[in-house]
Amino acid sequence: MAGSTLASPSAEPVSGPAQTSAGTSPGRETWKRFRRHKLAMASSFVLGTLILGVVIGPWLWPVAINDIDFSAQLQTPSWQHPFGTDDLGQDLLARMIYGGRISLAVGLAAMFVATFVGILIGAIAGMSRGAVDNFLMWVTDLFLSLPQLPLLLLVIYFFREQLKAVFGVEGGVFVLIVVVIGGLKWMPVARLVRAQFMSLREKEFVEAAKANGATKFRQMVHYILPNAIGPVIVAATIEVSSAIIAESTLSFLGLGFPPDIPTWGRLLFDAKDHLDSAPHWALFPGAAIFLTVLSINFIGDGLRDALDPRRVI
Amino acid sequence: MKDQDLGHLIARVKEGALSRRSFIRKAAAVGLAAPFANQLLAFNGVAMAKANLPYKPTKAGGGGPLKMLLWQAPTLLNPHFASGTKDQIASRIFYEPLAGWDKEGNLFPQLAAEIPSKANGGLSADGKEVIWKIKPGVKWHDGKPLTADDAVFTWEYAADPATAAYTTGAYKDIKVEKVDDLTIKVIFKEPTPFWADAFVGVAGMIIPKHHFGEYKGTKSRDAPANLKPVGTGAYKFADFKPGDILTAERNTEYHVANHPHFDTLEVKGGGDAVSAARAVLQTGEYDYAWNLQVEDEVLKRMETGGRGKISAVVSGDIEFIILNTTDPWTEVDGERSSIKTKHPTLSDPKVREALNLLIDRDSVQKFIYGRGGIATASFVNQPAKFKSTKLKYEFNIDKANKILDDAGYKKGSDGIREKDGKKLKYVFQTSINAPRQKTQQIIKQACQRAGIDLELKSVTASVFFSSDVANPDTYTKLYVDMEMYTTTQPQPDPERFLNQFVSWEVASKENKWLGRNVSRYTDKDADEAYKAAQKELDPDKRAALLIKVNEIFCEAHVILPLLSRTRVAASVTNLMHDHSGWDVDTWNLAAWYRS
Repeated sequence: MAGSTLASPSAEPVSGPAQTSAGTSPGRETWKRFRRHKLAMASSFVLGTLILGVVIGPWLWPVAINDIDFSAQLQTPSWQHPFGTDDLGQDLLARMIYGGRISLAVGLAAMFVATFVGILIGAIAGMSRGAVDNFLMWVTDLFLSLPQLPLLLLVIYFFREQLKAVFGVEGGVFVLIVVVIGGLKWMPVARLVRAQFMSLREKEFVEAAKANGATKFRQMVHYILPNAIGPVIVAATIEVSSAIIAESTLSFLGLGFPPDIPTWGRLLFDAKDHLDSAPHWALFPGAAIFLTVLSINFIGDGLRDALDPRRVI
Repeated sequence: MKDQDLGHLIARVKEGALSRRSFIRKAAAVGLAAPFANQLLAFNGVAMAKANLPYKPTKAGGGGPLKMLLWQAPTLLNPHFASGTKDQIASRIFYEPLAGWDKEGNLFPQLAAEIPSKANGGLSADGKEVIWKIKPGVKWHDGKPLTADDAVFTWEYAADPATAAYTTGAYKDIKVEKVDDLTIKVIFKEPTPFWADAFVGVAGMIIPKHHFGEYKGTKSRDAPANLKPVGTGAYKFADFKPGDILTAERNTEYHVANHPHFDTLEVKGGGDAVSAARAVLQTGEYDYAWNLQVEDEVLKRMETGGRGKISAVVSGDIEFIILNTTDPWTEVDGERSSIKTKHPTLSDPKVREALNLLIDRDSVQKFIYGRGGIATASFVNQPAKFKSTKLKYEFNIDKANKILDDAGYKKGSDGIREKDGKKLKYVFQTSINAPRQKTQQIIKQACQRAGIDLELKSVTASVFFSSDVANPDTYTKLYVDMEMYTTTQPQPDPERFLNQFVSWEVASKENKWLGRNVSRYTDKDADEAYKAAQKELDPDKRAALLIKVNEIFCEAHVILPLLSRTRVAASVTNLMHDHSGWDVDTWNLAAWYRS
């Protein structure tokens, strides 16, 4: 059925009577719905712990990330080094905390950029008919068919120095990566949003709003967008993971952060040659990326259920 | 010092077939070039005496397949276009030079009947002529005989600028004449102490006139034989997919009796150094893998399985750091790091001296390179005769701090030193390669403790080492404050190698950054010493001059040598191979066998 959002299978079995008390506000209602999604709740807790860990971690574990100690090479986890050490004897927990800030920030920021651009273009294309729609979809196709790697190289060669001058070494690379990744991942979101808009704008409730004198903008923001948001959230959560991975790809090509900045992707890359002898080195950053991506996906799942106005729980 | 070095060489002569005493007497009769001849004899004597790998098989063939893994895949098979080592290795399977270099830096005859020397009349007293005798009875893979015409043609082919051969440097300033069907004469314009360049080693592979004759000059790239080689080597061409796989089969007519041992040969490309090492040392899927730039720790672990072994041979290759004394952040006439500019802080010798004290070479060797390199303070390390004994290295953070304090660099609130508002903050670049990134981190940490801030930058190797004029990240552009890489010394003589320290080789926009002097530092005394060395026929004086060039740059702390690299290859335990640091891996492929 055009326009209807599919329910998540994990939330399908409805147990207990449906209860919608008249007095609750939409916000409380959403929260209530979200709370029922157990996996989403658990995921929120995991993601919250990860974020809290990387934010306040440096105060709890004040070890330098680049203290080289050749007497402690490739040590397995111990009280002194809870996550073990790498082959230069550097403490992995401290590096994970530091790198986690960057990886999470890159992932989330790139997701916001991609989702924002995608919704904007998708919404405009979906609401306008004819030339504008055609043009925007043509642009989307163009971006989809662009070879991403050469484009990345080009953008980075052109703007790296300027951004570095403005935002500093790490800041410049951060802005660049977020913009580049965000700027190259919005197309699937735009298409999803456009498809949703195209069907939803013909629905009765939109026509009713139109009859009541709602402007196009109001129709878009208040009537169509809330109904189209489900799939967008799911698509956006996937962007977070692909942004974290893309950042490590760039670091691998020498175009991302400097090699001594231990983002999670970089840690994995460094660890790959030592998988057989020091699996802990790869295990921790790998698990961190895995947990982040998984929990964001579940949270997206829960949010979609919670935000779906037509779904009765 | 010089006497010791000479003594070392003489000791080598003693190991050879010739007695030193009789040779010196002979040399004295000739006059001026006596010590020079002695050096050459030393080369010959040892080469003849040791003959590399003892060959055990008693008949040709019967060894089954030999599978080699080149993790950078070969893309062409013409030795005179082969700029990459991978292509040189692949070409050397089919083509041979008159002589190759063995692991001790001695000449070893391949297509030559003997190595030219004073004693056999091959070298003229004035250092201007070399006479090579070609081995009789050698046949090309298509059955035609090898003659002096092929050698003369090889010179014409490579010397022609229109051919655009990579090896042209070895041929363009010489003349080659045919003396008879199996003898050629190489004539130099000037007395040339290092004569073993043309027809020797990587640049010396002889190509058949009857296949390339029509394709000299501008048509050179159209020759079918560029991808379907017809050579004299131990293995005959079967099939080639550029960038992927090369197969060959045994040359039943090979010119050395009972050689080669293997029936077929497969050279596979692709992957990276670590997976190549694994495929040989752990799984044994392949017999041989070259150029293993992998942390020694990783290799040692793979070796514990007992399936394979590592071979590390000394070479003249050196891993070093350049400190840029020109300004990489100001553009002058369309180029940065122009010699018209001066670096704000690195042009101060005190800063450079301090940086040299902040490199923990011993730890880099011990914990990262292992068998892959030997810590050194000298740019030239091999052959030992040319190594500077004066240069010493030290790791001393306190001393570096003191030098910077005395020079007036004060720590600011951020812990970074500065003087007159100029901070000691540098961008430090190298290629992407795990050992190099670790070395960068070790240096960065020491610098931090001395109040110097390094921003690490790593560039993918294919870009870093390319000659792409449009790319700002190539090593010859040096658009950074400091950079680190390995430069290879192709011959066991540092003359060609040291041209990266002369003023007329400075890399600039004018020469499309192809100039060999990447550091851009120049010194009049170094120029003069180099020019004098090019004409000096006395080996001791010549060595002293070349050592001087090396010392001037190292003492100015513009060049900071780190490690004298060894070449590391892996093979399965029962493969006997002849690995030389002075020639490509396949230089003596005919002598490989399985025990």
